[in-house]
Amino acid sequence: MTTLAIPLPKRPAHPTGVLAWLTTIDHKKIGILYGVTAFVLFITGGLEALYMRFQLAQPGQDFVSPEVFNQLFTMHATTMIFLGVMPLGAAFFNFVIPLQIGARDVAFPRLNAFSYWTFLAGAILLKLSWFLGGAPNAGWFGYAPITGSDFNPGHGIDYWAVSLQVLGIASLAAAFNFIVTIVNMRAPGMSLMRMPLFTWMTLVTSFLLVLAFPVITVALIELMFDRFFGMNFFSIGAGANPLLWQHLFWIFGHPEVYILILPAMGIVSEIIPTFSRKPLFGYPVVVLSGVIIGFMGWMVWSHHMFTVGLGPVANSVFALTTMAIAVPTGVKIFNWIGTMWNGSIDLRTPMLFAIGFVFLFIIGGLSGVMHSSAASDAQQQDTYFIVAHIHYVLFGGSIMAIAAGAYYWFPKMTGRLMDERMGKLNFWLVFMGMNISFFPMHFLGLDGMPRRIHSYDSAMGWDLWNLVSSAGAVVLAAGILVTIINMVRSAKQGEKAGADPWDGRTLEWSIPSPPPEYNFEQIPTVHGKDAFWMQKRQRVSTVPVAGASGDSHDIHLPQPSYWPLIASIGLLIGAYGLVYSATWTGIIVGAVGLATTVVSVYAWSFEPVNEPVEGAAGH
Amino acid sequence: MAEQIQTETQSDSSVHTGHPTPLTYFKVAMTLSVITAIEVGIFYIEDLGLGIIPILVVLSTAKFAMVAMFYMHLRYDAKLFTGFFVGGLVLALSIGLSVLALFKFFA
Amino acid sequence: MAHAEAAAHGGEHEETSTGLNHRKLLMWAFLGSDCMFFGSLIATYVVYFGRSKVGPFPEDVFSIPTTSVSTFVLLMSSMSMVLAYAALNRGSIKGFRIWIASTAIMGMTFLAFQVFEFTDFANHEVHLDCVEIRTNEAAIEELTDYEKTFVDECVEGVDEFEEQHGLTPRTNLFGTTFFTLTGFHGAHVTLGVIWLLSLLFFSFTRGGVTPARSLDVDLAALYWHFVDVVWIVIFTVVYLFGVFPGI
Repeated sequence: MTTLAIPLPKRPAHPTGVLAWLTTIDHKKIGILYGVTAFVLFITGGLEALYMRFQLAQPGQDFVSPEVFNQLFTMHATTMIFLGVMPLGAAFFNFVIPLQIGARDVAFPRLNAFSYWTFLAGAILLKLSWFLGGAPNAGWFGYAPITGSDFNPGHGIDYWAVSLQVLGIASLAAAFNFIVTIVNMRAPGMSLMRMPLFTWMTLVTSFLLVLAFPVITVALIELMFDRFFGMNFFSIGAGANPLLWQHLFWIFGHPEVYILILPAMGIVSEIIPTFSRKPLFGYPVVVLSGVIIGFMGWMVWSHHMFTVGLGPVANSVFALTTMAIAVPTGVKIFNWIGTMWNGSIDLRTPMLFAIGFVFLFIIGGLSGVMHSSAASDAQQQDTYFIVAHIHYVLFGGSIMAIAAGAYYWFPKMTGRLMDERMGKLNFWLVFMGMNISFFPMHFLGLDGMPRRIHSYDSAMGWDLWNLVSSAGAVVLAAGILVTIINMVRSAKQGEKAGADPWDGRTLEWSIPSPPPEYNFEQIPTVHGKDAFWMQKRQRVSTVPVAGASGDSHDIHLPQPSYWPLIASIGLLIGAYGLVYSATWTGIIVGAVGLATTVVSVYAWSFEPVNEPVEGAAGH
Repeated sequence: MAEQIQTETQSDSSVHTGHPTPLTYFKVAMTLSVITAIEVGIFYIEDLGLGIIPILVVLSTAKFAMVAMFYMHLRYDAKLFTGFFVGGLVLALSIGLSVLALFKFFA
Repeated sequence: MAHAEAAAHGGEHEETSTGLNHRKLLMWAFLGSDCMFFGSLIATYVVYFGRSKVGPFPEDVFSIPTTSVSTFVLLMSSMSMVLAYAALNRGSIKGFRIWIASTAIMGMTFLAFQVFEFTDFANHEVHLDCVEIRTNEAAIEELTDYEKTFVDECVEGVDEFEEQHGLTPRTNLFGTTFFTLTGFHGAHVTLGVIWLLSLLFFSFTRGGVTPARSLDVDLAALYWHFVDVVWIVIFTVVYLFGVFPGI
């Protein structure tokens, strides 16, 4: 690692093979790295779920021990949220956003590489906990005081807290990058109200990220200080109130829910118009609804805490705001339906997944509105009804939309289409499996089955629906298996896609698939919404911007860099040391990691932007 | 070097019109010091009781605003910068006050 | 794209959609985000205010005059910082060096005050003049709540009671929240001092800090002033409100 550092300010000139991927600062390659890594992690999260479904398939089983079961549900949720859905969203941010706004890269390409490697560091650290003394076991929300060292000795919670901090750094860096990119790097003519919906939702999501993550950072710092230094943030004996954790966690946690769903809504808002061959119905209203959702997402956090005794006034206020936030969400759904209305709908796989999203998200949204009534929620709190709800919004919502996006943009990423027949099989297996698995959970919840239980007695009458649910999980797993096979096969031998396989509406379809390193030979000029659609139909001339030369040899891209990777490796080492900071070894390892990161940051700052390129005019 | 200074002076007049002078900065610093002195002074007047809270809130808000407007140049800079900063600030303030209310701090 | 990173190295004239510099936009977004960070820490402090079960409490340890001095030093460092930036824009590298060095020195002075304060709190001693307490009923009223719990120690024959009861992050909720909040502020100041000293150092290297690259200084200055405004809030909320009788 340090041997790489010796030729200090030199940037790798033209790396090939693995080194090219390790040092890349190209947003498209980083997007693909994000996508592949997150998909692998998503599968590990799925396996954790399958273990739980096997355990619960029959009453009174002992397929896994209660201790392992606790770790399974904690890791399943933490993995799916932080290592699955969020980075899968980030994969699309990275690959698609610069293409949609007509830019050659993001605003800070090296910071972008740093985000990815830091995300990987956090993921490795979290997953390592399985093999280094036990995974975290207190649920993904880690309520105090069960996370305290009195009740939870061992290092599981330490790994959880430290890796979430590392993942937070990755998310924050990425979010700052995308805010600046979207605000500052739009092609000429692309005013805010001409931006594609996915770009809009990415912008809103990025703002939510930079404002919500500091709160969980503070909450985790408090938890870590309690565990590492014996402080009193959550020690009841010293007068602490464990509700503080719940508030801080959900002040972050509820915006986080929208961080997971807004990109999905953005993806669907791209796909439905394309495959209905109509512009998005009520574009400004859809944009505004997204912004309002992002804004109101800050006013509803206590609906996760209706049963802790906040009192009737607080409960009523949060019940009202929660009911109100359903309105902009409903508006969006009507707009998607309005877009399809009278359209000439083409039921290709991306569209199937997008329609599946709308259908399933309505179910999840409706059960969400049911919880918004505090009185009714008191019955549903901590039951499988909630588990059903969260899976309808996060699987039926986020994952269906991400699958739609994967089928939609795969040809742009690889130059090849995914197989349509396998795609249909993929969709129906996932759709059926998802419903068979998660719909019975509504019945189980209303029947009183608590969530997070390791086993149950046959006399409770929950046998049938648990078995059905477990069977559905197997169908769902088969569906995901088809996804993997289809992706691997299509990447190698899929039908050639061409630049614009779907008759797309946005700028990414105006350039070859896969796009050249510099994306746009000429930076396009935008004359309205659906810029590429206009260009194709109305033959609007694309006047090259002054300074943007048509000759691709004159396009200077920043060269690859080692430092983002090394800085992230430093963070990984430092974070590992932090977990064991009670020992001298831990402190030394932590200090080595920190020093590596600090050196990298300095080297990074003084790295020349470009090695002099042969025959290039200086900038 | 001379060339660089030349470019900078040009950009100075074109980009930051009406940029404050060192004298303005000095005046701001004096005002900040005086306000701090008043704050500490008021603190020792025990007759004020809880009335001290609004007074101190107003005075420290004034200090905060002066540093942000003059030293951080928000007064002379693009509105978007103010938007980013004040957005975070207002959100932090509203959420913080809501949390205090939920903990019955004002009861 | 090339222009974006080129601009990142100081050129102020770049073509962006808003006409604003990438790095400066990033810095302001970061400061907005950092408001949420300090907001959460301050909220935690205030939520737990007055809920500690054992002393010492704020009125036992705080010394308003001392903290007023360190507050003043930090405020003045902001002026010095803005003068450093102005000097650089005028093209005076020498002026820049003087002002940035004095900013860093004032920052370090503030940190020294904080170190002094933290050790002073950790070594806090309860000190009672038992003779006075026995002879003068009103003297008890002058004591803090925490000191009153020691009045019984003034038995016959003890003229003076003295015992160490330090405040550490583990002592009580006040210690936990106070040291965490002010400690993170101190960490921000430390990072700022390192940043300022780096700029001072690189002003001696060729092309390191030049008027054309004044943006590098502008960004450090924004960060520095932000740390200052956070302290304005902490000084009022934690220190002044913390000791005021009746709050």
